[in-house]
Amino acid sequence: MTAILELLSGLCLFFGGVLCVTGGVGLLRMPDFFSRVHASGVTETLATPLLLSGLLLQMEWSLDMVKVVMIMLLVLATNPTATHAMAKATLHGGQRPLVFPDDKDSVGEDSSKP
Amino acid sequence: MIAVAAIRLSDLFAVVMLFGVYSLLTAALFMDLDAVDVAFTEAAVGAGVTTVLMLSSLHLTKRWEALPRRNPLISLLVVGVTGAALVYAVLDAPGLGDPSAPVHQHVTPRYIEQGEAEVGMPNLVTAVLASYRGYDTFGETVVIFAAGLAVMLLLGIKDDPRLRPGESAIGGDQLVLRSVVKVLLPLILLYGLYVQFHGDFGAGGGFQAGVIFATGFVLYDLVFGEGSARAVVPPGWLHRLAAIGVLIYGGVGVYSLLAGKAFLDYSALATDPVHGQHLGVLLVELGVGIAVFSVVLLIFYAFSGRGRRR
Repeated sequence: MTAILELLSGLCLFFGGVLCVTGGVGLLRMPDFFSRVHASGVTETLATPLLLSGLLLQMEWSLDMVKVVMIMLLVLATNPTATHAMAKATLHGGQRPLVFPDDKDSVGEDSSKP
Repeated sequence: MIAVAAIRLSDLFAVVMLFGVYSLLTAALFMDLDAVDVAFTEAAVGAGVTTVLMLSSLHLTKRWEALPRRNPLISLLVVGVTGAALVYAVLDAPGLGDPSAPVHQHVTPRYIEQGEAEVGMPNLVTAVLASYRGYDTFGETVVIFAAGLAVMLLLGIKDDPRLRPGESAIGGDQLVLRSVVKVLLPLILLYGLYVQFHGDFGAGGGFQAGVIFATGFVLYDLVFGEGSARAVVPPGWLHRLAAIGVLIYGGVGVYSLLAGKAFLDYSALATDPVHGQHLGVLLVELGVGIAVFSVVLLIFYAFSGRGRRR
């Protein structure tokens, strides 16, 4: 039983770590704001609960477990909302998603230049 | 590295974000040094509220930093000399965690050994903050109140007739944001209250709780339109609340004076000294929480209501 729990916990932690790394790479390398926001969303919405479940599987039944579950629920609730807010604000600012990589017209003005 | 990047960038929006990242990393550093209460406050204040406040103030000015016009050599000289003096002083300081360091010698063993028995609470940080060093914390609260006063005197809160609660800056039906915030907001406020009253046992206390409570209202104002928080908590109330917070703290001290003991001597509050300590710490933290909450919200009102420069 303990061996299965440890194996599961290790798998969760490993995949959470992998997703964190891919999220980080995506954040740096994606061409468009919306894909970057998606990458950061994946890092927090999927990788963090995976990491937290990995930790949960290693804990004993105690009050700390409830606290970790509450943190996981909070992260699951707030991060998609934040991603949505960022995307919505950007759309309002005028930038459109990059649909065809060669077609520069479908990307809005890049406001990061003075 | 983040600090260097923050200095070198001229896009102030990115600089504000970097400051938030810097605060979060510092909070993680404090956690690494086992200073949980400080890390908590740093995360709540630095990575939370000040980011919002700086963004609001960015709203009032330009986004791009103006190039400096003066000759930077003199400033470089001053900074270089001061930095060198500081580094020279640090070389003489005792190592981290060195048991023979002066700070570990005189009062600290007494706090650590007798703190729980004398003050009656497991969290030594709160015991030191609110009881042993209560006078300093009173000074901190008055400083926060003075900061709020300064913002009020300099900026004031404009009663902008254009502000209609319910209208968001982005426009459109904010269904997702509003639904999520409606569910989260009572939890945030509840958590603020939990942190306030749980400071005796775990990480927490008045400062963090006041900031978290105010952040709930700031979130409400951001999502539900400018001026919506103002409809819930009018600025006039906040002025009085800030003063009441400081008065509660000072009042405890004056009561102890009137009861014949020293200023802020909590054993004058009840017949059993430990009971008195409990009561004193509770009242004092309450005063701190109320004062911090009102000042943070006041500063947010002052920045956010000052019209748009689009």
